[in-house]
Amino acid sequence: MSNASTNTSKKTDEVAIQLNGVHKWYGQFHVLKDINLNVQRGERIVICGPSGSGKSTLIRCINRLEEHQQGDIIVDNIELTGNLKNIDAIRREVGMCFQHFNLFPHLSVLENCTLAPIWVRKMPKKEAEEIAMHYLERVKIPDQASKFPGQLSGGQQQRVAIARSLCMNPRIMLFDEPTSALDPEMIAEVLDTMIELAETGMTMLCVTHEMGFARKVADRVIFMDGGEIIEQNEPEEFFNNPQSERTQKFLSQILAH
Amino acid sequence: MSAETAQNARGSGGASLFSDQRFRSLFFQALVIGLLGAFLVFIVYNTAHNIEKRGIQTGFAFLDAAAGYDIAISPFMEYTATHTHGRVFLVGLFNTLLVSFLGIIAATFLGVFLGVLRLSPNWLVSRIVYCYVEFTRNVPLLLQILLWYAIFLALPSVKQSITMFNDIIILNKRGLVLPEPLPGDGFMLVPIALVVAIVASIFFARWAKKTQAATGKIYPVFMTNTAMIIGLPLLAFAVTGFPLDFAYAELKGFNFKGGVVIKPEFTALWFALSLYTAAFISETVRAGIQSVSHGQTEASEALGLRPSWTMRLIILPQALRVIIPPMTSQYLNLTKNSSLAVAIGYPDIVQSFGGVTLNQTGQAIEVIFITMLVYLTISLLISAFMNWYNNRVSLVER
Repeated sequence: MSNASTNTSKKTDEVAIQLNGVHKWYGQFHVLKDINLNVQRGERIVICGPSGSGKSTLIRCINRLEEHQQGDIIVDNIELTGNLKNIDAIRREVGMCFQHFNLFPHLSVLENCTLAPIWVRKMPKKEAEEIAMHYLERVKIPDQASKFPGQLSGGQQQRVAIARSLCMNPRIMLFDEPTSALDPEMIAEVLDTMIELAETGMTMLCVTHEMGFARKVADRVIFMDGGEIIEQNEPEEFFNNPQSERTQKFLSQILAH
Repeated sequence: MSAETAQNARGSGGASLFSDQRFRSLFFQALVIGLLGAFLVFIVYNTAHNIEKRGIQTGFAFLDAAAGYDIAISPFMEYTATHTHGRVFLVGLFNTLLVSFLGIIAATFLGVFLGVLRLSPNWLVSRIVYCYVEFTRNVPLLLQILLWYAIFLALPSVKQSITMFNDIIILNKRGLVLPEPLPGDGFMLVPIALVVAIVASIFFARWAKKTQAATGKIYPVFMTNTAMIIGLPLLAFAVTGFPLDFAYAELKGFNFKGGVVIKPEFTALWFALSLYTAAFISETVRAGIQSVSHGQTEASEALGLRPSWTMRLIILPQALRVIIPPMTSQYLNLTKNSSLAVAIGYPDIVQSFGGVTLNQTGQAIEVIFITMLVYLTISLLISAFMNWYNNRVSLVER
């Protein structure tokens, strides 16, 4: 995780995700207000903001775990509508990691990783297991393959969750506060895994409060508040020279400690 | 405090045996066992004494004596008044097993169905199920049995029977009369075909699993097997030239002769037991499905698994471990509740053997002992099976 390699952007001109005027309401509550966002292939984006600002909702809209009510979301040239075929196609290309890992407790680590390749990609079991072992090695826990999620530490579980997503060979990865439920010493191991992933050129959207990670990895940092994108910039500019008052206040709170 | 007691408190020498912790615990255990033993000896002696004084017969010889009374329902074996009390026992046992078995099957299907409907996002559907569950499980089962019995007895008399499909099916207050199937030559091929189909579908399921592991191809196992299990017997039936005749019931005098009669006592008990237990099972199923966190569904869907696969591969395996233990209790309850048959005269083991036979022979100890043993055996068998199944679906943690 040297600075030199991570700072080189793998960003291309190709558009991976496009959001045009996206709105979402929970009943009366307006969670997302006119979100416009273009993500290039290979771009690493960190989304931050106070809780309740809509950042998790935003990335959950991208793989349709939440439904948006207005505007267009286009992922990998596929438009996200009520069309189940499109939703299936997008979910095959988009991996996601959750705050609480959401590993399947009744399946072993290896089975967690092979489940989707076997059922969705219709892959032979042996091939799926080889791929799973490859990614478990990449997240540095191949020796835990036969254990069950309940037998692992939080950091190990989150790394399994990352490996599980990677087994589907996604082109885009979404991270929804992947380190918020972890003890400090486990945060480092998960962030290291994410940094290594960023170096491979994966398109990444991370909702996180890990500002060190943002500085090191992100091509762009987005600040959200009240369901709106308030400010977005390259990390250097964003942290050293925040434009809006709300960003300044948020950064002073989060970086004070 | 005097110097003497202070010395005692320090426990030097003068402490009695009774303040020794081990001695004291042994003493009380011995006391309890002794009292229990004395009580048992008293009961046994008292019973033996009274039996002798009143000249009551003991032993199991009565099982070989002629029963001398009729039993209205005996679908599995021939029974007339000249048969023995031992035969009564068997008839009653099979009637208990019949209504319990069919009750468990019906209650399970209905309960699972209702439990899933209760979670429906459709407000009306979920409310209707809610009302059904709250009504059914909060009214005493005995009342429900009597209600269903009253409903079936309120059907028209024999002369005014409700007939369906050109007099093939007849419904009146004495029961539901169906044509009696008379298998002809070659009909044996049909059950053989069914067995073959079941065996073949087990092999197909295994083969499909292996093939999926080897090549990744997914076969529609459920659909194929269903088609096979229904199709093969039908095919055998057709190939052998439909070798099945029916004996239709005919009105002769005051009643229908011929055909198969399903008595209202059986139907009422079966309905009430199934509907009552289904309400409890539906709550169990609902709780089981809800116990699996929504994050599991999200993770599965984010990986691209379809809702039906998510249900089958992720939700159900986790819900089952919550559902099975209370489900076992419901099966045991249903079996034991079937003894309420006595209220409407369905000849289960309690009504026939534990009721009429007991009254006629007066050998209460033996009869009650045997009857209790029957329920104990059935219940333990159900428990053993469910525990075995529960172990198969339980979760490894730590």
